[in-house]
Amino acid sequence: MGAPKTLFDKIWENHVVDTQDDGTCLIYIDRHLVHEVTSPQAFEGLRNTGRKVRHPELTLAVPDHNVPTTDRSQGIKEEDSRIQVETLDQNARDTGIHYFPMNDLRQGIVHIVGPEEGFTLPGVTMVCGDSHTSTHGAFGALAFGIGTSEVEHVLATQTLVQKPAKNMLVKVEGDLHPGVTAKDITLAIIGHIGTAGGTGYVIEYAGSAIRALSVEGRMTVCNMSIEAGARAGLIAPDEKTFEYIKGRPMAPKGAAYEQAVEYWKTLPSDKGAHYDKIIELDAADIIPQVTWGTSPEDVAPINGKVPAPSDAKDPGKQKAIARSLEYMGLTAGTNIEDIKIDRVFIGSCTNGRIEDLRAAAVVAKGRKVSDHVSAMVVPGSGLVKEQAEAEGLHEIFLEAGFEWREPGCSMCLAMNPDRLEPGERCASTSNRNFEGRQGRGGRTHLLSPAMAVAAAVTGHLTDVRKLG
Amino acid sequence: MDKFTTITGVAAPLPMINVDTDMIIPKQFLKTIKRSGLGKNLFDEMRFDDQGNEIPDFVLNKPAYRKAKIIVSGDNFGCGSSREHAPWSLLDFGIRCVIAPSFADIFYNNCFKNGILPIRLPQEDVDKLMDDADRGENATLTIDLEKQEIHGPDGGCIKFDVEPFRKHCLLNGLDDIGLTLQKGDAINDFEAKRAASQPWLSL
Repeated sequence: MGAPKTLFDKIWENHVVDTQDDGTCLIYIDRHLVHEVTSPQAFEGLRNTGRKVRHPELTLAVPDHNVPTTDRSQGIKEEDSRIQVETLDQNARDTGIHYFPMNDLRQGIVHIVGPEEGFTLPGVTMVCGDSHTSTHGAFGALAFGIGTSEVEHVLATQTLVQKPAKNMLVKVEGDLHPGVTAKDITLAIIGHIGTAGGTGYVIEYAGSAIRALSVEGRMTVCNMSIEAGARAGLIAPDEKTFEYIKGRPMAPKGAAYEQAVEYWKTLPSDKGAHYDKIIELDAADIIPQVTWGTSPEDVAPINGKVPAPSDAKDPGKQKAIARSLEYMGLTAGTNIEDIKIDRVFIGSCTNGRIEDLRAAAVVAKGRKVSDHVSAMVVPGSGLVKEQAEAEGLHEIFLEAGFEWREPGCSMCLAMNPDRLEPGERCASTSNRNFEGRQGRGGRTHLLSPAMAVAAAVTGHLTDVRKLG
Repeated sequence: MDKFTTITGVAAPLPMINVDTDMIIPKQFLKTIKRSGLGKNLFDEMRFDDQGNEIPDFVLNKPAYRKAKIIVSGDNFGCGSSREHAPWSLLDFGIRCVIAPSFADIFYNNCFKNGILPIRLPQEDVDKLMDDADRGENATLTIDLEKQEIHGPDGGCIKFDVEPFRKHCLLNGLDDIGLTLQKGDAINDFEAKRAASQPWLSL
């Protein structure tokens, strides 16, 4: 028996096709997801060089960034968005890759569709021209975002040129307080290690608080690995994972499934495996988290205050805080709970799954969205929407005064008409609070679905636990 | 891809940490199906006001920096979205080199695919180059990739690291896909083994 290995080491070693003298590897890619924004130039590149898609059956495409979340019967109004989606339609037809067009029930955000279809599996390598590909690490898949040149490379060769990452272990032990969710864990981690804390690493999340999360909660945690600087997050697959995958359309069936499970059980990191960096958090220390600034590391507990530039030691960080406060229209020392909001967005690849909508509905039930707030719920996929409607969640949201929309990325990055106006302040379950992210001049506070509903009904950032 | 051997040009100072790819090229410009023409929207929301007028204070709008070929910036440059539109817009503007204490992984990688050289340097070297950059046209830098050296306006020289394979590809303007396709036999062998040992992966 060789040296103990991490989950990352095992997946990596199992996918090396070739190693050069300087350690650069060619690794095999088992699963490739594609959306309309980062793929047109890759398909064009193939056409220009006369290259073919090597394995069309290993690529799954779906339009998500540009699609309207209102009535789709008239197609997409904005010409540039329409052309981008039509280009994907055409590229999918020409190359024979799996494709769920805009009006397919299975259409949705690419990172919600992959797991839903059983396309995402433990132990695989998985890429997409999208940084939130880290989501799929929740299954114990090595999944990371790539650029468009690499999308073309994967289409042509089913491989990627890569160097191995370093291993980081983030351990969260103990029980979460009621009202504290996967989103709060991930925000707490990012606040702790910073947006560059994971640069060069793959983060493996472990500990009893992570094990206790549902598979969907684990997806929320892995999703925001990139906001901690890590291209990929990983969680060891377990019985919950195997159960989640079983019976999904593209997952292995029967004897193949049983054989796969036997292999998947060998994936968790070995005892004594080496990590280059270890971070430990106590679940009991985590209360609901929100961001106050324009970097995902600008995190505060809901009972905290907006910081001052002088709270940071590093001059670069001091300048960044000053710039954030100005952009966000906030004064240092303000109680986080006193921040009044105008808009609420519930959705995205971070928090647009059925369990997120259930958690939001529990808080929304019997309450009303505050008069000065406009709030929307955007399911992550057509299947999530269908399930939510079967459970009557949409009625709870509509009754409370939320809009109930069609699936897509929507106001997470505002490439479709869903966006903030300059100066508007939004409580958002998405993943980035960058300047202009949700619309030029828009101000974003990241938080969990339950916390987003709490903000919607009170009109200001609110500790959901106080609503009872 | 254009080769990168030696470049000499003005360096624009952008003394901020966490410059994200949403800043470099905001999402409204991602609705293109081409790689070209994005330079006019580089740093759009920092460069232009709501009416599309130039914001005179922004560095790339200042006369001295309109033809900058190099950007000097702070930690974690290029964080956030994987959009390759970020290096495409830099390149289209004329930027061939970005110097910072650290880069986000995906952006760093994307640069090399487009003939842009990202250089990681210790903070004190970046601070020194930031001072040079502040002097605008009077202080051009020369980047020599072959020698892995940056020559400043006052005769100073700073060495930098770059991985040998990435350097080789940049110096020769090599296309990754072409190189990988030369390893077709290794890929075929791998696929045959994978089909036998993990048959459930086939679709």
